[in-house]
Amino acid sequence: MNTAKRKIPFGFIDDQAKREIRRSILKAIAIPGYQTPYSSREMPMARGFGTGGLQLTLSLVGRQDVVKVIDQGSDDSVNAVNIRQFVQDVCEGVQTTLRTQEASLIQTRHRIPEVPLREDQVLVFQVPYPDSLVIVESNEATRKCMHGEGDYSRLLVKLYEDMVHFKKITLSHRYPTQIHTHYVIDPSPIPRYDVPRLHQAPNLFLFGAGREKKIYAVPPYTEARPLVLDDIPFEVEDFTHPETGDRYCCEVCGSDRSFLEEFKQADGGSVWQCSDTDFCASMLEAAEAAEGVI
Amino acid sequence: MSYVAAKGGRKAIQAANEAMEYLRTRNTDQSALLLETIKTQLHGLLSRVLSEGGLYSEELAALAIKQAAGDTLEAAYYLRAHRSACPRLGETPVHCGSEMRVIRRVSAAFKDIPGGQILGPTPDYLQRLFRFELLKEDQQAFSEVTQRWFATPGMDTEIPDTFPKVLDALRAEGLLPPAEDAAEKRPFDITREPLVFPLPRSAGLSIMARGETGSVLAMGYSNMRGYGDVHPTVAELRVGYLPITVPHSVTGEPVEAGEILMTECEVVAMFEADEEGAPPVFTLGYGACFGRNEAKAVCMAVLDRSMDIGRKQGPSNPSEDEEFVLLHVDGIESMGFATHYKMPHYITFESDLDRIRQARNAAGKGEDA
Repeated sequence: MNTAKRKIPFGFIDDQAKREIRRSILKAIAIPGYQTPYSSREMPMARGFGTGGLQLTLSLVGRQDVVKVIDQGSDDSVNAVNIRQFVQDVCEGVQTTLRTQEASLIQTRHRIPEVPLREDQVLVFQVPYPDSLVIVESNEATRKCMHGEGDYSRLLVKLYEDMVHFKKITLSHRYPTQIHTHYVIDPSPIPRYDVPRLHQAPNLFLFGAGREKKIYAVPPYTEARPLVLDDIPFEVEDFTHPETGDRYCCEVCGSDRSFLEEFKQADGGSVWQCSDTDFCASMLEAAEAAEGVI
Repeated sequence: MSYVAAKGGRKAIQAANEAMEYLRTRNTDQSALLLETIKTQLHGLLSRVLSEGGLYSEELAALAIKQAAGDTLEAAYYLRAHRSACPRLGETPVHCGSEMRVIRRVSAAFKDIPGGQILGPTPDYLQRLFRFELLKEDQQAFSEVTQRWFATPGMDTEIPDTFPKVLDALRAEGLLPPAEDAAEKRPFDITREPLVFPLPRSAGLSIMARGETGSVLAMGYSNMRGYGDVHPTVAELRVGYLPITVPHSVTGEPVEAGEILMTECEVVAMFEADEEGAPPVFTLGYGACFGRNEAKAVCMAVLDRSMDIGRKQGPSNPSEDEEFVLLHVDGIESMGFATHYKMPHYITFESDLDRIRQARNAAGKGEDA
C-alpha cells in the first residue's frame, strides 16, 4: 500500500455527495421548515459531534469564504476548535475567523450569535434531533404524516399539560417553532432566548442533522414563531435577580442584554458571563476604546 | 478569575491526542503491531471491523484496528469516514452466494445436503479452556501447526469450486415462495439515497449488513427469546470467498476484480396463511455480511424475517418494527450520539435551570395557571 499521505479532495466529501447536499439545501429553502431527507455521509468525527452541520459547511464553502465555528457561543470550545481545524485542513485557502462580522459562513452548536446577521451571511446549525414531534411521537413515518397535515395538536396538549402540572411550560431549549405558518421545526438546542431571532432575519439559517439524515431551512425574511397557547405568552430565559429584579450583567464586559452562562462559585453563589465570546470581546474592546478617548 | 471558562481548546485537544498516542506506544521494548499480524492472528476482529465499516479493504481495516487500538466501533468508523472521501468508480452487478468458494457450509435442516456439510474452521466446538502453552509461543510452534495441517490425510481431495444452495432443493419442491429476480431490481443504496420509511427490503438488508454486531445480536435475540415468533431453521450457513466481478471498462463484459470473505445465512420459518387460497409455503429470512461473523448473519436473517412480518401485519414487538430495528443497529451512529453527551451542554442546561427555577417559583407563589 502507498504509504504517502493520500490527497484529500477540497471539502473532504466527494463531488456527488456535495451535489446531493446542495440539491437538498435548495429543496429545504423552497419548502421552509420541511425536513428534507438526504443520505448523509460519515465524517471523520463522531456522529453527534456536528457531522450534519459539517456536511452543510463543506458543501457550501468556497475559497472566498470566511468561516467561523462556535460551540456554546464560543470559538474556543474543544469541539469548535476541532471542527474549525478540520475545515482548515481540508479546504485549502479558506480563511477562518473568530469575528462574527467578518464571517460569511458560521457553523454553530446551541447558539445564534448576539449580533444580528446580514443578508450575505449563512448560519449553519448542528442538529441532534430534527423533529419537534419526537417529544410526543416516536415513530418517524407517523410524524411525517403529522407534519404533512400540519397536525401539531399533541404538542399543544403537551404545553397545556405542562401548565396544569407546573404552571409553566417546561420546554427549556429546542423550542418548537412554526415556520412560514406551516411546518413546526426543532430549531436545534438553542435557548428560547434565541428563538425570536429566527423570525424575519435577513440571513439564511440552515439546519443539518447528520445522524438523522435531514436538512431543513429558515430562509431569509421568513416568519418563525414559537408554538404557544393563545393566552400563555412565550417566555425566554429570565436573567433577573429574584429579589432585586435587576438583570444580571456579564462579569467580563458588563453587558446586560446578552445570553449569560452561569458559573458556580466556591461560596455557593453564581457569577454570569456572556456565552457569545466574540460579542463579549467586542463589548470589552469598545469599552476600552471609549476609555482611551477620555 | 476563577469563574472564567476553560480556555485553550486547541492545546487541550493536542495534548489529549498525544496522550492517546503515548498509551499505544508506551512500552518501548515492544515492536509495533504489523498489519499482517492483525490480519491473520486477529482475523475475528478484522472480520468485525470490515463488516461494520462497510468497506472491504483488509489492509485499511487492519490499519484502523491498529490506530483505534482495537476498539471496534472506532476502527469501523475509520473505514466509514474514508469511504466518504472516495469517488464511486463503478457498480458491480448483483452477485449470488451460490458463486461462493466455500470454506464452511452447514445446514441445520437436513442431515445430508447436496455437496455435503463442511464444518470448516469454526470456534463452535472448541472447548473454551485456556491453552496455557500459548503464553509462550514462538515461530517454531507456528511452523509445526502448518506442517501438521498440510500432512492431514485427505488434504489433496478435490472439492468443487461452488456448491448448490440448500434452498434450491426446497424451492424445486415448491415449498418456498418463488425467488425474486434480484438482478432485475436495482438494490436500494443506503449510502446514496435518503432513508424514507417504509423502506424496500434491500435497504434494510444493507443497513443490517453494516450493523454493529452486538446491536444486531441483541435485536435478533429478543425475537428468538420470545419478543417475536420467527422460530428459524438455518437452511444453510456458508462462509467463503465470493468472486466479485465488475463490468469491463471497454467491453462491458463481467471481469473478476477480486474476492471477498463473506458469511451468508438463509433461514426458513413457518408458513403463513395465504388469503387467496394458494397452497402454503415456508417463509424466508436472509443475512449476509463481510468477513466471518456467524452470530450476526443468523440474527440478521431472523430480523429480515421479523421485519417482513411487521410490514405485512403491523409490528407487535420491537424486532418486527423496521424503523426501530434499522435506526438503532448502526454502531457508528449509536456510538457517536451516546458519546456526544460528554460535550458541553452549558447553554441547554442554563435553559433547564431557568425552567426549574421558574416552575418552583410559580409553585411557591401559587400562581394561577
